[in-house]
Amino acid sequence: MSAVPHGTPGTAVGHDDHAHDHPHGWRRWLYATNHKDIGTMYLWFSFAMFLTGGVLALMLRAELFQPGLQLYRPEFFNQLTTMHGVIMVFGAIMPAFVGFANWMIPLQVGAPDMAFARMNNFSFWLLPPAALLLVASFFVPGGATAAGWTLYAPLSVQMGPGMDMAIFALHILGASSIMGSINIITTILNMRAPGMTLMKMPMFCWTWLITAYLLIAVMPVLAGAITMTLTDRHFGTNFFNAAGGGDPVMYQHIFWFFGHPEVYIMILPAFGIISQIVPVFSRKPLFGYASMVYATASIAILSFIVWAHHMFTTGMPVTGQLFFMYATMLIAVPTGVKIFNWLATMWRGAMTFETPMLFSIGFIFVFTMGGFTGLILAMAPIDIQLHDTYYVVAHFHYVLVAGSLFALFAGVYFWLPKWTGHMYDETLGKWHFWLSMIFFNLTFFVMHFLGLAGMPRRYADYPMQFADFNMVATVGAFGFGLTQLLFLYIVIKCINGGQKASDNPWEARDGGLEWTVPSPAPFHTFDTPPVVK
Amino acid sequence: MKLLITKGAAGLAARVLAALALLGAAGTALAVQSRYNLAPPVTQIAREIHALHWMMLIICTLIFVAVFGVMFYSIWKHRKSTGAKPADFHESTKVEIAWTVVPFIIVIVMALPATKTLVAQKDTTNADITIKATGYQWKWGYDYLKGEGEGISFLSALSTPRDQIDGSNDAARTANMTYLMEVDNELVVPVDKKIRIITTANDVIHAWGVPALGVKQDAIPGFVRDTWFRADKVGVYRGHCYELCGRDHAFMPIVVRVLSQADYSKWAAAKQKEMVALKDDPNKVWSEAELLARGGPVYAANCQACHQANGQGVKGAFPGLDGSKVVASKADQIAILLNGKNAMPAWRQLSDVELAAVATYTKNSWGNKFGAVLPADIAAARR
Repeated sequence: MSAVPHGTPGTAVGHDDHAHDHPHGWRRWLYATNHKDIGTMYLWFSFAMFLTGGVLALMLRAELFQPGLQLYRPEFFNQLTTMHGVIMVFGAIMPAFVGFANWMIPLQVGAPDMAFARMNNFSFWLLPPAALLLVASFFVPGGATAAGWTLYAPLSVQMGPGMDMAIFALHILGASSIMGSINIITTILNMRAPGMTLMKMPMFCWTWLITAYLLIAVMPVLAGAITMTLTDRHFGTNFFNAAGGGDPVMYQHIFWFFGHPEVYIMILPAFGIISQIVPVFSRKPLFGYASMVYATASIAILSFIVWAHHMFTTGMPVTGQLFFMYATMLIAVPTGVKIFNWLATMWRGAMTFETPMLFSIGFIFVFTMGGFTGLILAMAPIDIQLHDTYYVVAHFHYVLVAGSLFALFAGVYFWLPKWTGHMYDETLGKWHFWLSMIFFNLTFFVMHFLGLAGMPRRYADYPMQFADFNMVATVGAFGFGLTQLLFLYIVIKCINGGQKASDNPWEARDGGLEWTVPSPAPFHTFDTPPVVK
Repeated sequence: MKLLITKGAAGLAARVLAALALLGAAGTALAVQSRYNLAPPVTQIAREIHALHWMMLIICTLIFVAVFGVMFYSIWKHRKSTGAKPADFHESTKVEIAWTVVPFIIVIVMALPATKTLVAQKDTTNADITIKATGYQWKWGYDYLKGEGEGISFLSALSTPRDQIDGSNDAARTANMTYLMEVDNELVVPVDKKIRIITTANDVIHAWGVPALGVKQDAIPGFVRDTWFRADKVGVYRGHCYELCGRDHAFMPIVVRVLSQADYSKWAAAKQKEMVALKDDPNKVWSEAELLARGGPVYAANCQACHQANGQGVKGAFPGLDGSKVVASKADQIAILLNGKNAMPAWRQLSDVELAAVATYTKNSWGNKFGAVLPADIAAARR
């Protein structure tokens, strides 16, 4: 056991894993088929991507600190905004949620591992080469693609080889996601412990079940869009070239048919994590479990029929605009249901406010703000003014950062004791929460005003009236970025030691099967399935 | 808690109606320049969008305050540290129905005025003047197609000096209140007339947007879209390109000057005369010296941003022209000017004289001495 460092998650001393002769050293990780190890690798990978995408953001915010081009040529600035988006969406947020899925779904359904353990390994190890392609694309002639993370045609056709590297990377990332989703669906549908009906399953598993179906439905659509871009670029096709009989707007339709479910892919698992945490720290069961399941399913189904709300200014007939406006506004209803259910869970509970609960409450508060700006953007006449402005940037950062990212933080703090066997430093955790909340709002709240005043997105330089709020946003961004280094310190400190965690450190009542196994969770759990009443 | 919601819903409806009535009466009083809100509106559509936004903001803020009032009350009252004991309830079908139906109704109430405005925004019929706006990388082209001023045609490019942008003249930039919002040729239209703007593009997707007018429309290569506005106040209104279109996306603004009818007629007549005068005599025989002199300004306005004033380009991004094999060859240079290549756009929209002049200029500047290119050469290559 000496090759494995003390405290590495999944290696409880005294467990009889010697009998299984599982590999140690580098083989343990390269050949990993254990859902805990693979989950750990996903989480570390996504955090590395998060820091990389964050550096890109700080670089572009540095340029935007003042009007004028102080630091970069504008085409490099566009590379920064593009790759910040691509890396955060595909490299940070999505793999992080898959990491949670890997760690927690088998534990929560009482299964010994994921259904397809070797495919699980492949799903993970596809990611580092894809990430390498993305980062390396900065260093080829012409640099990384600068077409925005949405890669609209025909601008995408003008990009250099960095664009092709990004297309290749996206294909690889998509394949990884599809395989992961197959694994998740099969595990949840086939490997639940006896007695665990679907309607007794933890909400985190429900949200991932639905998310996995979304992924399987739409990742191939993205693959289609970027493959057509590839052939337009190199093989003489004219899918998006009007001069050849094609239509640039068709790219937008295909991309956003993927793109809108994609944003729900990034938030539904977050909803699941929050639904696990709030009941535990309110010491009260989740209110309206069945409604929460139906609301999640409604959101997922509705997400397929709203994509053109990203395209209100493309010139579609007014009937089309009206349909997409109404359908989009409808999504506010099941989303509101979920918020109310969390509130009702807290109501007349007995709450304590450790870091997971702080991030969860922070999530509910700030994600709702993002939800409201989404509703405002859904109103097509208003969207005509706000489309492609910083109001949109504010909206999606509120739901993705204060939404998805805060939920990920909440989940990490919640389950770190289970993963590592130690309690994290609660004081530092609270510092991380408050600093993140303050700097996040400093950065992105002022962007609503910039957007209302008409400042366009993806601008390397801007007129003088936008200067003050840009300066504030840049200061906030640097504060937010530095605060995440504190998070890294907290996690490493927890892995290396800390107060020993019991099986159920949060004293969850009916909190889920993960709290019935020791902390840290042994390498193998539920070799014999538990019986659920 | 259910009673609270019902009361809130009725109260909300009353407040919404009151807010809307207030806004209707306030009307143009909204046109207070604020750093926190939409641009002061100068069209009826822009005013309606303002009103819609206020309505949404008020409703959403009220719901937000109500919901988070409840949450923060709960956080304060239902804490374990003050001895609260957790209740056990965990479902109620009645409550779920209530907080599904009420938001559904609120959403319908929001959608009604939005529908009205959206339908009005789409009605581009019976315009007084029709102008085509073409997006180029990286400027706009305006063609007055129908109505008073018909036949006027010009390009409109950013006129902020490069040294204010790249940092060699920060003092001038700080003093420039229209930094990045000024152009050489403004779009001029008369007040109180319905102006239909047809948008298209030459290369990639751009978008034509002017916040004060309440308009934004994508400019898509190979397709035509349209939008309209009727400005009710004389003045200058500034807008931007709103769709990422390459390196100078931030450097192709829009300036619309709305004049009184009388002033507009004067401007239109003068502009038409000017266009005739500027038109190059098709029979003129150009000398190399004349082409060189004409080519300098064309280079500065179109090529310098990438290939630099010293013709050295930018290593790894834009090729240098000084000593370039392409520049040395007559056929190759004409081909790349007309057709573009990768990041370099095509320049077909420049005239034969302008293209011949800039080709001659690059062929005979810095260390180059590669002869002249005549307008006839360009015309022949276009076919």
